[in-house]
Amino acid sequence: MLKEKYDVIVIGAGPAGLAAAIEAKKTGAQDVLVIERAQELGGILQQCIHNGFGLQILKRDLPGPAYAQRFIDELAGLHIDTLLDAMALNVTSGRHVSATSRWSGFVDLDTRALVLAMGCRERTRAQIALPGTRPAGVFTAGTAQRFVNIEGYMPGKRFVILGSGDIGMIMARRLTFEGAKVERVLEIMPFLTGLTRNYVQCLMDYDIPLQLRHTVKRIIGNDRVEAIESVQIDEQRQPIPGTEEIIPCDTLLLSVGLIPENELSRKAGVSLDPVTGGPFVDEKMQTNVPGIFAAGNVVHVYDLVDWVTQAGWLCGRNAAEYAISERKRHGRRVKMKAGDNVRYIVPHTLDKESLAESVQRLQMRVTLPIEEPVWVEVMNGEERVTRKAELYVRPGEMVNIDIPQSAYDAVQRASELSVRVIKRQGG
Amino acid sequence: MAQEHRKFICITCPQGCALDATIEGGTAVKIEGNTCKRGVDYVAGELKDPRRMVTTTVRVKGGVHPLAPVYTESPIPKPRIFDLLAEIRTIELTAPVKFGDIVIKNALGTGIDVVASRSIAAKSEGS
Repeated sequence: MLKEKYDVIVIGAGPAGLAAAIEAKKTGAQDVLVIERAQELGGILQQCIHNGFGLQILKRDLPGPAYAQRFIDELAGLHIDTLLDAMALNVTSGRHVSATSRWSGFVDLDTRALVLAMGCRERTRAQIALPGTRPAGVFTAGTAQRFVNIEGYMPGKRFVILGSGDIGMIMARRLTFEGAKVERVLEIMPFLTGLTRNYVQCLMDYDIPLQLRHTVKRIIGNDRVEAIESVQIDEQRQPIPGTEEIIPCDTLLLSVGLIPENELSRKAGVSLDPVTGGPFVDEKMQTNVPGIFAAGNVVHVYDLVDWVTQAGWLCGRNAAEYAISERKRHGRRVKMKAGDNVRYIVPHTLDKESLAESVQRLQMRVTLPIEEPVWVEVMNGEERVTRKAELYVRPGEMVNIDIPQSAYDAVQRASELSVRVIKRQGG
Repeated sequence: MAQEHRKFICITCPQGCALDATIEGGTAVKIEGNTCKRGVDYVAGELKDPRRMVTTTVRVKGGVHPLAPVYTESPIPKPRIFDLLAEIRTIELTAPVKFGDIVIKNALGTGIDVVASRSIAAKSEGS
């Protein structure tokens, strides 16, 4: 059962979102909700079945799903709400979240603090403008990883991988394990873009050749990839004529970078850094929009999940503190309610502490004229806080009443004050 | 005795230290470039008995996913990786699979277990 208002809502249940939700709850946030697009928690870790996770913060060498499990279990013990298989459709700068799922239908939720933890997306063929035909058999490395590790499909038999990022190298080994031949890894830069240890344990161990300063010149094939033409490039990233090579293959994997996923952030008015592609954040991981925080790959692309978890913790702690101070600030406010013969009152709310500083003036208009002496009374339920005599009241003439500083204690007891205008009845 | 120089990249942690080893009679007599002692152990291992963690998947019947990810609890000898993969390919588990379940005990007689790295719930009727 979802609540209408949360202390902290987290969008995304990958490592950043899980850590943020856990830490928010531990810091004292009352109601915490995690909204996740997939059917299960854990995010991309569930398809990262290779080891190497947790060495920094857990001092253990775990596969991705095992790393995720630790945080999923912790979350489950903390009474944190989750909305899975759900799509967050919109987020406003006022921290209003709209989401939809098969289980909940369309829901509108409010939150005192919001954590953006949507992670990132892979750069695709269109974004690097690869020339050639458009046959089947061109995948991003992460898509192939999901097919092979979760869904049980092999996307091809002979592979070329463009890009020496970690996912590309890890997939080279993974595909080799599953009986495929990885012909080549091509890298346009003059250096490896992933971790050196992955070059050793994923490529060198299995004699998979890596060519730096090389890229795909074109893709060949009509229905299915039949080959790619590679080419060496010079210092200005221009192809060097005569270095072309046709490499027969049936599948091309792209491991050419990740882009923080900030569609929702933009809708909420969060300013983005053109360099990282993620929100500008302060030391609390707060964006330019008060109460909206961000952590993990949505901010900038990390190479170690351990650091994503740490960013999530920091972000969750600060989001909870923000929510708690919002709640306190809100608890100090008393609502003004128009009672008998009062149409409206300005101000609509009053900070209880304001009476410590000075008298507080209320202004209002009456609904109907009363052409005889009246009391204008400020009430906390049945208890009268203050009153003022008028000889008559008319809708065209604004009524003022001051709440004196002597009413400080009476106002502290109230959550709502009403004002009524009643006949004096011989008084 | 003749000395030989060999370069290694330590894969123990993400730092990936570039190591320069002086080898005499199949043993490293001097190692440079390491930032911790695990670099020394790594080179010794690479020279005598290179080992790797193996992570792969196992078929699962009746689960929410058709595969369960598995890993060797500690690194196994590098030359045996493909034998292990072949053995793992013959196995089919039945859901539910629990995180930490032993999939193969004492794999290939190495004394090392292959275990599930996550839980796979059984697929409920009608979903």
